[in-house]
Amino acid sequence: MALDKPYLDVPGTIIFDAEQSRKGYWINQFCMSLMKAENRERFKADERAYLDEWQMTEEQKQAVMARDLNWCMRTGGNIYFLAKIGATDGKSFQQMAGSMTGMTEDEYRTMMINGGRSVEGNRFVGENGDAQAQNQPQGATAKKAN
Amino acid sequence: MAKITASVFTSHVPAIGAALDLGKTQEPYWQPVFKGYEYGKQWMQDNKPDVIFLVYNDHATAFSLDFIPTFAIGTAAEFQPADEGWGPRPVPVVKGHPDLASHIAQSVIQQDFDLTIVNKMDVDHGLTVPLSLMCGQPPADKFEWPCPVIPFAVNVVQYPVPSGQRCFNLGKAIRKAIESYDQDINVHIWGTGGMSHQLQGARAGLINKDFDNAFLDKLISDPQGAANIPHIDYVREAGSEGIELVMWLIARGAMNDVTGGKAPELKQRFYHVPASNTAVGHLILENQF
Repeated sequence: MALDKPYLDVPGTIIFDAEQSRKGYWINQFCMSLMKAENRERFKADERAYLDEWQMTEEQKQAVMARDLNWCMRTGGNIYFLAKIGATDGKSFQQMAGSMTGMTEDEYRTMMINGGRSVEGNRFVGENGDAQAQNQPQGATAKKAN
Repeated sequence: MAKITASVFTSHVPAIGAALDLGKTQEPYWQPVFKGYEYGKQWMQDNKPDVIFLVYNDHATAFSLDFIPTFAIGTAAEFQPADEGWGPRPVPVVKGHPDLASHIAQSVIQQDFDLTIVNKMDVDHGLTVPLSLMCGQPPADKFEWPCPVIPFAVNVVQYPVPSGQRCFNLGKAIRKAIESYDQDINVHIWGTGGMSHQLQGARAGLINKDFDNAFLDKLISDPQGAANIPHIDYVREAGSEGIELVMWLIARGAMNDVTGGKAPELKQRFYHVPASNTAVGHLILENQF
C-alpha cells in the first residue's frame, strides 16, 4: 500500500522524510563531521580527499563540491545538516537559503525585508507563483539566462 | 506541590543569537526584533521561575542521522552550548534539574508517551536563543542563566514529525507530571521555534503573515483548534520549517484552561518580519488560579 505523503505537490520543496533520510545517510553524516574544528580544516585543505573518506555516492560528492544545495537535497541531504557546510564556508543561513533560489544575496535579503516570499501561487504544483518550476531560476540568474 | 505559572512562546532563529553575540542589536535591521522582547526580559525579572521546561528542537546537533528521538528529555546536571559549525555561542552552560526531569520522565512515560531519557547532550540555538531573548546576556561576574532548565527536544527535522494533537496531549501529560512533583516550585513551560519560514529549495524565504497571526489568535483562545491543524497545512501555508510550530502546542497544552481551568492572561504578543529567513512570533501567557 502506498504511504500517505500529502506534501509531494508543494512546489520548490523537498520534505526530508524517512525515504530521503535513508538515501542521505552518508552525505548528512559527512556534514555532521564538520561540527569539529579540526575536520573543518581538513575538509577545507582538500575537499575531494576528505569526501572520499565517506561512503557517499559520486553524485553526492559532486553536489557538495559544487555547493549546490538543491542538488545536495535531491540526493538525500537535509538543510540542517547541509548548513554545516555553509558554516564551514563562513556563510549565514540567509546566504545558504538564498543560494537555492537563484537570487543574489542582495535580492534575497531585500525580498525578506519586504515581507518574504508570498504563499500566493506557491501552495500547489501547477500554480504560477515565483517558486514554481516554470519560473526558475529567480532573480539575477534568470536575467543572465535570458 | 509544583505548578506551572506561565508559558512563553518564541521563535529561535539562529541569526538572532549571532546578532546578540556580535553586538548588532542596535542595528536598524535588528532593533525592532529586540524591542519586541524588552517586555519579556522585564517580565522574567519580575516573575523569575524556579525551573524552565524548555521545548525546542535539535537542528542536527546532538542527534545525527544515527538516531533521532521523537521526544527527548534532558535529565543531565548540565548541558554545553554546542558548536554548530560557527563555534559555540558565548553563553553560559545550561544547568539542568535532574530530579524534576527524571520525575517528569517517569510520569509522562507512564501516561503512554515514549520519551527518550538523555543524560548527555549539547544544546544548540534552538534552546539558547530563547534564553538569550528572555534573559539577556548574563554579566561576566555572574555568568549563568537565572534558573535551571530542562531541555525537551522534539523531532521536527525528519518526517513524519509528531502531530499537533499529539504535542497538545503531551503538554497535558507534562502538566500532570509537574503538578505531582512534591516541592513547592514555580515552573515555566516554553514552546519555541517557527513561525512561518522555509529554508530550502526554490520556495525558500516563504513568509505567511495571515497564517501566523491566525495561529497566534487560535493558540491564545482556541488551543484545541490550533491542535487540529494537520501537518500539511503548516508545510503548505507556513513553509517546510514552519512545522516547528507544533512545539508551541506542547507548552500550550500544559496550561490550566485546557482541562477546565481559567483562561490564561495574555501578557505579551509580538510579531515581526523578518529575522533572517523567518517570521518572529512571541507570546507570554500567565495561568490564572
